[in-house]
Amino acid sequence: MIRYKPSEVVDFVVIGSGAAGGVVAKELSTAGFSVVVLEQGAYVKEKDFKHDEFGVAYQHAIANDPKVQPSTYRTNASETAKVEQRYDYGRLVGGGSVHFTANYWRFHPDDFRERSVFGDVPGSSFADWPVTYDELEPYYTKAEWELGISGLAGANPFEGPRSKPYPLPPLPVKSSGVLFERGTKKLGLHPFPSPMAILSQPYQGRGACTHCGFCEMFGCEMRAKSSTLASVIPMAEKTGKCEIRSGCYVRRIQSSDAGRVTGAVYFDSQRREVFQRARAVVLSANGVESAKLLLMSGSKRFPHGLANGSGMVGRNFMWDLGSFASDLFDHPLDEYKGVQVSRLIHDYYAADPKRGFYGGAGIDARFDWQPISFGLDGLPPDAPKWGSEYKRMLGKYFTHTFSALAHATSLPVESNVLDLDPTVKDDWGLPVPRITYQPHPDDMKNLVWIQRRQVEILEAAGATRVWKYPVEDIGVSRHLMGTMRMGNDPARSVVDRFNRAHDVPNLFVVDGSSFVTSARQQPTATIQALAYRAAEAAGVAARRGEL
Amino acid sequence: MYRPTRRSLLFGTLSAATLADVAMAQEHAQRAASTNAAFRYLKAADAAEIEAIASQILPSDGTPGAREAGCIHFIDRALESFDKDKRGVYTKGLAEMQRKRSELFPESRTIAGLEQAQAIALFTALQETEFFKLVRTHTVMGFLATPDWGGNQGNVGWAHIGLEHKMIHQPPFGYYAGEAK
Ligand SMILES: Cc1cc2nc3c(=O)[nH]c(=O)nc-3n(C[C@H](O)[C@H](O)[C@H](O)COP(=O)(O)OP(=O)(O)OC[C@H]3O[C@@H](n4cnc5c(N)ncnc54)[C@H](O)[C@@H]3O)c2cc1C
Ligand code: SF4
Repeated sequence: MIRYKPSEVVDFVVIGSGAAGGVVAKELSTAGFSVVVLEQGAYVKEKDFKHDEFGVAYQHAIANDPKVQPSTYRTNASETAKVEQRYDYGRLVGGGSVHFTANYWRFHPDDFRERSVFGDVPGSSFADWPVTYDELEPYYTKAEWELGISGLAGANPFEGPRSKPYPLPPLPVKSSGVLFERGTKKLGLHPFPSPMAILSQPYQGRGACTHCGFCEMFGCEMRAKSSTLASVIPMAEKTGKCEIRSGCYVRRIQSSDAGRVTGAVYFDSQRREVFQRARAVVLSANGVESAKLLLMSGSKRFPHGLANGSGMVGRNFMWDLGSFASDLFDHPLDEYKGVQVSRLIHDYYAADPKRGFYGGAGIDARFDWQPISFGLDGLPPDAPKWGSEYKRMLGKYFTHTFSALAHATSLPVESNVLDLDPTVKDDWGLPVPRITYQPHPDDMKNLVWIQRRQVEILEAAGATRVWKYPVEDIGVSRHLMGTMRMGNDPARSVVDRFNRAHDVPNLFVVDGSSFVTSARQQPTATIQALAYRAAEAAGVAARRGEL
Repeated sequence: MYRPTRRSLLFGTLSAATLADVAMAQEHAQRAASTNAAFRYLKAADAAEIEAIASQILPSDGTPGAREAGCIHFIDRALESFDKDKRGVYTKGLAEMQRKRSELFPESRTIAGLEQAQAIALFTALQETEFFKLVRTHTVMGFLATPDWGGNQGNVGWAHIGLEHKMIHQPPFGYYAGEAK
């Protein structure tokens, strides 16, 4: 791999090597630009991933670790935020694309114009996107073919038009998928095979999934999960133009008095401060960390944070909302084998004014558990927590249970804000993100409504018992969307329709932060489609000499 | 969203380890690969009492439980390394439990010496305490984590839940997927 000197002015510095950053690095380096990717996490290779649930899920082996990088949370601005981890992301080369569940949903055409289709929702900043599905379609296709997505084109009757089928057939159906199909079909719904960023067959020199089951939250030893680590980052390195510099925690994006960015200041793994110079910066640190970094990069010219002339940096943070229901079946399901999800429905995806509120969801059949999490929380709420009966139920239920998970709308609300906590500091002495978040009332009505649909499906599938988890408990967010919405109006948005900062011509923000709405969650396909498109626009601007 | 997999992170009592803690715990786990290995942090007398609690949480009732899995070694390692800030919960909690034991069963001398019905009565009385919940969390974790962490020795925890640990599984998965073919 090439090494650049920090004093050398490279064409692009990309901050963050996750779902978006990996794509941007590959696109820019194959287009001939010199690129340095600064990633705070480690460069972990496939052989180092382990089936160690305790290490991965409870000791944050490859995720953000609240012990060194805490964050604070409150539900409204009148409270003092408390240290509490409420968001989760992959903190390594490849970011969240390494440990994600790999559900790879395109947004529907209406997701981009839902404000026009549905109308205003009081108390929210619901808006149309400045991009249409048709504009994004070629980039969805490019992502699917370059990264390696398995699925069945045309199987989802609610999906928008596509120019190409998936490159790979769906993964094998699980027992949960068969039962979910049984239940949904009985109710007249339309189940289809889950599109997954996981190889069902060998592809581009990578092997197919071997169904090991330690998938969600884990890195894949087989390189079958189509993370940027397994797919595009090696392509970027092969160009000889792209350096992946891991263990580099960016603390500031530097800008000039002329209002242009000049590079990034980071702490290296020995905690020395280094300044990497660049002609342009692409910020891809995710929906929380990117906003934090802009707020930490203010100057005389940008007193409220870099690129924050609109005051919109940090606003409209959207949460990974959903509802959960589990079941018990007579025969073994062995759901711990294979990827998490094999079937889902989009029948309740579109919002319907007749329901009396805005909202919708996709519902999938999945096993969202690993042994420890199941042992702690997997049994029905009325089950004993210890003793012989607990042990007996644990022995039976682990292999006889699956869950229906609804991925639901989270409305953008301006007072749901990500900013810097006034007192708490991280291990480097830097400010930490403070999240102020409360779901919109319609989001809560939607969750209650959709959970009833989940229960209906599981009952129709023939479950011997079904139990629900409380929807009020919104848990930890893993889909980090909003905080720097895209738009045509520089007074109301942070980036333009090509993810370029309105206020800073040589700064691009490319990750979940530019989302205008949350669609029905599963943001990664859209994050990556936008990343391909933004990288192309950045390349064009660079060649025109604009950067 | 509400993900049960994250529930114990949010509401659990577990604290986060440093990398050094993790390395230490795993090194010790290797040495503790037998249920009668020496303890690193716990005193033998306390270990016997805590193991008596763990073995009511996951009893050895015909199939291996917390005792055979060596959950006490997971707990020992937890308190020595990544959960060392939870030592006070154990010390205080155990003392409180001993008080309650002698109040309920004045004839008894130890928790380990209680009859089955007495032990169940004692733990039922204290099951909502921070101490009991933490022992439960640690016991379940020890039973079901990889053996690298000191418990689940011989994979007995995984065997109990029906998990066959392999890098490669062949479809069909489960009864109904087989039926579909
Ligand atoms: C367990 C889990 C399961 C998920 N499952 C799904 C799913 O099934 N489908 C779906 O669509 N989405 C899923 N997601 C969400 C998905 O991971 C994210 O949507 C996606 O990774 C976001 O991409 P990104 O490029 O915006 O940010 P990320 O992938 O988070 O990448 C950001 C990168 O920037 C780095 N970084 C941050 N700050 C700095 C800094 N200051 N200096 C240097 N580097 C920095 C981070 O370490 C990280 O590597 C899941 C997430 C989790 C945690
Ligand atoms: S289930 Fe498949 S994709 Fe997931 S980690 Fe295992 S081998 Fe990789």
